[in-house]
Amino acid sequence: MIQRKIKQNLAFSAMWLSCGLTVLIMLFVIGYVIIKGFGQIDLEFFLTPPRGGLSGEGGISSTIVATVYLVITTLVFATPLGVSAGIFLVEYADNIKSRFVQKLVVFARFGVETLAGVPSIIFGLFGYALFVTSLHFGFSILSAALAGTCLVIPVIIRTTEEALKAVPNSYREASLAMGAGKWETIWKVVLPSAITGISTGIVLSAGRIVSETAIFYVTLGGSYRTPTSLMSSGRTMALHVYYLAMETRAFDKALATAAVLVLLIVLLNLVINIVSRWLSA
Amino acid sequence: MRKNKKRFDTAMKYSLLFAALASILIVLMIGFFTFREALPAFRDIGLGKLLTESVWRPGQGQYGILAMIIGSGLVTAGAVILGVPLALGCAIFLSEIARPNLRAIVKPCIELLAGIPSVVYGLFGMVIIVPIVRGIDVPGNTGFGLLSASIVLAVMILPTITSVAEHAIRSVPKEFREGSLAMGATKWETIQKVIIPGARSGIISAIVLGLGRALGETIAMIMVIGNSVIIPATSTGNPLSIFLSRARTLTGNIAVEINYATGLHESALFATGVILFVLIMIVNSSARYLMSRGSLGKNC
Repeated sequence: MIQRKIKQNLAFSAMWLSCGLTVLIMLFVIGYVIIKGFGQIDLEFFLTPPRGGLSGEGGISSTIVATVYLVITTLVFATPLGVSAGIFLVEYADNIKSRFVQKLVVFARFGVETLAGVPSIIFGLFGYALFVTSLHFGFSILSAALAGTCLVIPVIIRTTEEALKAVPNSYREASLAMGAGKWETIWKVVLPSAITGISTGIVLSAGRIVSETAIFYVTLGGSYRTPTSLMSSGRTMALHVYYLAMETRAFDKALATAAVLVLLIVLLNLVINIVSRWLSA
Repeated sequence: MRKNKKRFDTAMKYSLLFAALASILIVLMIGFFTFREALPAFRDIGLGKLLTESVWRPGQGQYGILAMIIGSGLVTAGAVILGVPLALGCAIFLSEIARPNLRAIVKPCIELLAGIPSVVYGLFGMVIIVPIVRGIDVPGNTGFGLLSASIVLAVMILPTITSVAEHAIRSVPKEFREGSLAMGATKWETIQKVIIPGARSGIISAIVLGLGRALGETIAMIMVIGNSVIIPATSTGNPLSIFLSRARTLTGNIAVEINYATGLHESALFATGVILFVLIMIVNSSARYLMSRGSLGKNC
């Protein structure tokens, strides 16, 4: 018995250790980037654009503008599409009578699962082939946003589905019993109660766009000027980190930009965590 | 009025159906466009030559991606070897050992690990891990290479494997646990002999999903792996020194060259994409197959 107990203690210590190590790695990566990066950051860093060339001088103002521009454009494309798809899959898909449409539903579900597993460089390659070259959108916010839409659509669909499934059926039944139509019920009863859940999906997608690099490396062009229209090239903060580290080896500036990026991600994660905890409570 | 409402509902239903079909349409379009662009490469170079030739010199018309396939394979293997024990340890800890309030702290930490942008992992690799690896005294070692890349990648796939494996372990029915404990087994014996075998297919599919993520990672790999198109080789008598070799991944090959490639070169890069896409589809669907088999097993 004592021997078995020792064995258990050894095994449990190993589990404790691996978990502790993982948390330490997380703290170390985030802590290092933030502490090293924050030495470089002042107000000027946020307010001046990168000065370009190979020096890595200047701030990140234009990359912040490009990031915000790209996030908003992508969400404008992806949110209506993703939320509508989620609504269909939860509210309609199971009561379809036509055999043909049932088949389509199976395909649609397969599509969401497949899309979620596609690596981002493939989205980039696709965006480059279709939007940048075939449709002549060039390296632009528009091309990048369309390619980014492919990346976040499965995220929005899945969170919408989960949010809608969490709405009690009695809500729907009550509304229908009062004589409301199907769509009226969804619009006025189901969606308002699912709205917080759906918005976590949208915040999550914003985070994915902010942290994505590979797609935008091949569709956004990487100009450090402030984008002025949908057809402007640009570079997001994440892309800026890449260019600084790889092309100019300006590691100090890269760490400073990365620190801003990491802080933003931590903040977004915090928001999502608080909202979902509040939802499940 | 009533009829109008009904008609409106039907119209809504079909427009929503159309939105739901967007994802499969995107998948088909991705397949179509990448394959269309890759066609000249498959026709003029040939799939066999692409896959088996090790020399990649677009300037001289030599397009072999074997070195990249081996590079991707080795770095993925390295990441799995380093990351899987840690991830499974975390998964078992979170599902079986940790108290709920500890779990409530640790779980978000691991999720945060998944949220860190890959470019930040790449940067971290360049400024911390590469200099450490450079300290290993082997001729030709620059720090950039498979070992640094495997370490970075191991951390990146850890959250995926942990969360899927934890889910699998949690869905082992409570009765299994109780039965084993009632028979006098210790908690560890229960985990080892009842719970892990019960969650086996879920755990395997977690690892396979991590493998898929590892194969698809791009930016962090470009930043630390060195990007040389060579078949990794040992530099000393020790076979492990192969991991100090520089390499290039399939994903890196596409990203590094696509923006300036033209003609057959560009097409060969799209062919690299098609091969990567097929590879990852195979990996992901086997993970899905394992997972569905796992849930069937639980029903009997």
